[in-house]
Amino acid sequence: MSQHVLQFKEETFRDDFVYSNSRWAIDRFPFPFDKDSYMYAVNLEPHTTGRAGSIYEKSFDVDEHYVAEMRERALTLLEDPLRCQSLPHMTLAGWDLLELIMTHKARDYPELFELHRDGLQWRWVNKPLGIEQSFIFGDEATLPYGPMEYITRQSQGDWCVLDQRDANLWMDAGMVTTQADWSLDFDIGMNFFEWHAPVPLAHELGIFQRALKFLLAIPQGAPARRLNWTMTVHPRHDTSPENYPKWGPDRTTVTAENVAELMYLRVELQSFWRLPRSNALVFPIRCYLIQLNELVSHPKWAKRFHRVLRDLPKELAEYKGFERNRALMVQWLSQFDDGALTSPGGGPN
Amino acid sequence: MSAEHLKIAVRVTEVQPVNALITRFSLEALDGSDLPVFSGGSHVVVEFGSCMNPYSLMGHPFNTRSYSISVRRDDAGRGGSRYLHEHVKVGDTGLIGHPVNLFSLNLRAHKHLFIAGGIGITPFIAQMAQLSQPGQRATAPFELHYCAQSADLAAYADRLKGLYAGRVQTYFDNENQPLNLVSLLQGQALGTHLYVCGPSGMIAWVRTTAAQLGWPSEFVHFEHFSAPQPGKPFTVELATSGRSIEVSERQSFLEALEAAGVNPPYLCRGGACGQCETRVLACDGVIVHRDHWLSEEEHQSGQKIMPCVSRVNGRSITIER
Repeated sequence: MSQHVLQFKEETFRDDFVYSNSRWAIDRFPFPFDKDSYMYAVNLEPHTTGRAGSIYEKSFDVDEHYVAEMRERALTLLEDPLRCQSLPHMTLAGWDLLELIMTHKARDYPELFELHRDGLQWRWVNKPLGIEQSFIFGDEATLPYGPMEYITRQSQGDWCVLDQRDANLWMDAGMVTTQADWSLDFDIGMNFFEWHAPVPLAHELGIFQRALKFLLAIPQGAPARRLNWTMTVHPRHDTSPENYPKWGPDRTTVTAENVAELMYLRVELQSFWRLPRSNALVFPIRCYLIQLNELVSHPKWAKRFHRVLRDLPKELAEYKGFERNRALMVQWLSQFDDGALTSPGGGPN
Repeated sequence: MSAEHLKIAVRVTEVQPVNALITRFSLEALDGSDLPVFSGGSHVVVEFGSCMNPYSLMGHPFNTRSYSISVRRDDAGRGGSRYLHEHVKVGDTGLIGHPVNLFSLNLRAHKHLFIAGGIGITPFIAQMAQLSQPGQRATAPFELHYCAQSADLAAYADRLKGLYAGRVQTYFDNENQPLNLVSLLQGQALGTHLYVCGPSGMIAWVRTTAAQLGWPSEFVHFEHFSAPQPGKPFTVELATSGRSIEVSERQSFLEALEAAGVNPPYLCRGGACGQCETRVLACDGVIVHRDHWLSEEEHQSGQKIMPCVSRVNGRSITIER
């Protein structure tokens, strides 16, 4: 298989919304439905890497949206610095995270990133963003930001750094600018059950008890992952409660004519990594967006997505925030669904 | 999650008798690569010969060249520690799991108060090294109170007193130097976290005393690995597959399951991590619980067992596997 050469795109995630997926990006999109219906499950699996070309090929996927997404993050932070917070006891975990990301990116994308280490004297080169930084590992004064903020300004997706204590996980640090309507500033300091309190149905199913037990036991060197999903109007990253007035009203602009253009399936690749020095857990939430028009270029996805949306329990559609426009999407997608059987698994064919 | 696929092949690079009971082993990766960084308080499951036991890592947590463990010889046990003492030499090879921390520092602490009994000193050696790492911003102060039978058996006491002058206090039974626990705990400022590692009796004493003095349980941390003990053979009925397995005298329940191809997950094999917890459907005999994971009520109920350290005194047990 020939190596795909990344072409970073000029894109925006607000105002004029200039965004699209290349054929390459559509074909590798993490379509999250392995059957024709959806319900919560503890769908955690080992984060094994390697399948060439897929978003799982590398530990931390870098794609054609990388540079644009990092510019969008910087804009969001400029308007609201509280999207990035780290409680004082989480600095060590920040260094763990910086090391994890730098070593993996330098190993996985040698043409884009370089890490040169001489004891604690490190030099980091990020070619796509034009960054070259020498610093002393462990010495915050040698970086322009704290270690977590420094490296997550250069890494796609949101990052929650969870302290582990009292047989629970605590949202004690994070970089969250790409969120599906939740707020780090609100959740900071909360434990696993507290920040999941608003999720419907899953508590009754015992999902969170089982998921927590699994997460607490994730060992070093054996990360896990799961997919989550929702719908967004426009390719907007910052769908935060803080900015609800800016994006909430978008839902009222969807019509039968523009639904395929305005509605995006938003899939989160969530992975979970034990951090070595701090024993904290880092939880990257990587967001992939695909327009309905792009999604239906794969007939299997079009059929299946029609059935999933049509049959989804109302509570879930309301929690995910698209009940209002569900009928429009189902109506539009129905033209692609001939009722034929779909093959198992989430792949396009 | 099973730690099975995460094993690291290691070579013994040093065997150092520390005192009459304790020997220290240094381990390096067989292929010469770096070992994982870890956090103070971590252990690894060490596999030499046929024995797999958890040992606390006592080297510097950020030293990736080699790991050190201290092994106390247990003559009453099934022979794991004796095997290490008597048979393992420099150059021998074995396997270790990745580091797992069930005894982590609470990094929100305003102060760390460590109480060690005997070989329970080992996790604190790594934790104190981590807290003393230069360049670490605003690390909370710590204090170690180290109890041992005698000065001769207080491994590493002199070295620690030299490294951490004024922060290490020793108490030797044979010199009649009891630790005044009540006065020690009453003198602590709010925000102090208490950590205890040592024999079961000592852990129980420290936890009970702290509770009586009003310490919230979130501020009291302890680690205690049990070792599986030999016992009479018994039969295991697997309800899910309908199979029957025999556990021999010197085998642990978990080892018998593994030998039959049933692999419950584990992180410690010492009754502390909770991963191998198994539901009991029936038992013809009495369960001898040796773990520190299940509650007293769960032990009484007879509905759960930790096969890594516990077994059955009787004929058979039926489990949900």
